[in-house]
Amino acid sequence: MIQIEGLQKRYGKIQALRGIDLTFNLGQVVALVGPNASGKTTLIKCLLGMVIPDGGKIIFDGNDIKGDVLYKRRIGYMPQIGRYPDNMRMGYLFGMMKDLGKTRVKELFDEELIVAFKLEEMFGKPMRALSGGTRQKVSAALSFLFDPEVIILDEPTAGLDPLASEILKQKIQKEKDAGKLILVTSHIMSELEEIADSIAYIVEGEAIFYKSIAEIKSESGEERLGRALFHLLHNLKCTR
Amino acid sequence: MYKIIKYVLHDIFRNRILLAYVVLLSLSSFGLFMMNEDVSKGISSLLTVLLIVVPMVSILFTTIYFFNSYEFIELLVAQPLKRSNILLGVYSGVGLSLLAAFWVGIGLPIIIFDGTVVGWYFLLSGSLLTMIFVSLAFLASVLTRDKTRGIGISMLLWFYFTLIFDGILLMVLFAFSDYPLEKLTIFLSCLNPVDLARIMILLKMDISALMGYTGAVFNQFFGSSLGIVISISVMLIWVAVPIAIALRIFERKNL
Repeated sequence: MIQIEGLQKRYGKIQALRGIDLTFNLGQVVALVGPNASGKTTLIKCLLGMVIPDGGKIIFDGNDIKGDVLYKRRIGYMPQIGRYPDNMRMGYLFGMMKDLGKTRVKELFDEELIVAFKLEEMFGKPMRALSGGTRQKVSAALSFLFDPEVIILDEPTAGLDPLASEILKQKIQKEKDAGKLILVTSHIMSELEEIADSIAYIVEGEAIFYKSIAEIKSESGEERLGRALFHLLHNLKCTR
Repeated sequence: MYKIIKYVLHDIFRNRILLAYVVLLSLSSFGLFMMNEDVSKGISSLLTVLLIVVPMVSILFTTIYFFNSYEFIELLVAQPLKRSNILLGVYSGVGLSLLAAFWVGIGLPIIIFDGTVVGWYFLLSGSLLTMIFVSLAFLASVLTRDKTRGIGISMLLWFYFTLIFDGILLMVLFAFSDYPLEKLTIFLSCLNPVDLARIMILLKMDISALMGYTGAVFNQFFGSSLGIVISISVMLIWVAVPIAIALRIFERKNL
């Protein structure tokens, strides 16, 4: 579904991405993992056309995304920090997004998360009055709203309460079973162990490995994902 | 794009600063018209408001609004919408609301009290000035990510066009006063839309005493009607060029 070939991006002196090659297919839940400032968010923003890469290309369903915007109809995006117009009321925001994306859905809007998070009770509140967690819920609900084939979640559970993050995880599982591609970044290994099936590890703008979780575990001989990753990275460092 | 304009208008019309702008404009225009017996005197006093306040509010309001709606723009960029449509949508929304404010605050009183050709030219040049400074504000805003810097650039532009430019012009004219400078003067005043707006209105008002050197040269060189056509066309270029450059930059900007 998505092929990334030799993707490069430089911000001034900082080389954020140094030639990343990755392929993602429908039905996968891929976790992008890596230290802070390793280029995960830049990679996601390149996928969404919010950041224009300096080199390499991204192929979405067979077409280069360069200069195209229509492919975004098939992507739902939940940003790391959801920022919305301050004075806009939540209900109005949802109404506006639906209005702007009317042609994106085949039948019905996917409002499952709006219902599950009980957002309707807060529809009258302006966005500036919402807590960080509630804003995360809004972002999550918006990313699934158009029933897209590809869903990109940038640190989805950071700031969510335990109940809400459980709801979100179940939703991710459900969409995965429906054959969608879900890209997720997170620093919480136990959580990724539950939802993801493969891990792409990114360090300083390079994807140093991209394996399924089962592979990672069997190679390192560890049961817990966090320890397994630690082992694998340690071995990689030794062999380099 | 129309949907974006609709949402921007919905947002701006509840903005208190815009309301304050309308009140300020109507107070000054009603006040000046009521204080002066002679309507044309009222208009020439209003000219100061037009040449200083309208550009300043247009450029500052637009820049601040742009940075305050940065989140909104980011949200839209992640949607399947063309960047050019997003920027032009926000541009038209802001431009339309500032034009509306100008027409309510100054247009209405002028139509009520004056209603002559001069009044219409006044409104035309005011509308053009508004759009020019909205365009310049967009250019200043896409040049940087930082709100303070963006506002700084905007203030500098305003300062340049209302004060510094005339100072430079005067210096040039003074230094080279031994040479024939008519053509150079015309060219130089085309570089400043505020000058053009002033010349355009004064050409119609026919108050040569207020026209100043540039206005007098314009009058002498083109006669009043050709002079007006030329100043309107140059001002339209001043609307189009900054926003065109801003679009080019925005297309490649990292958000």
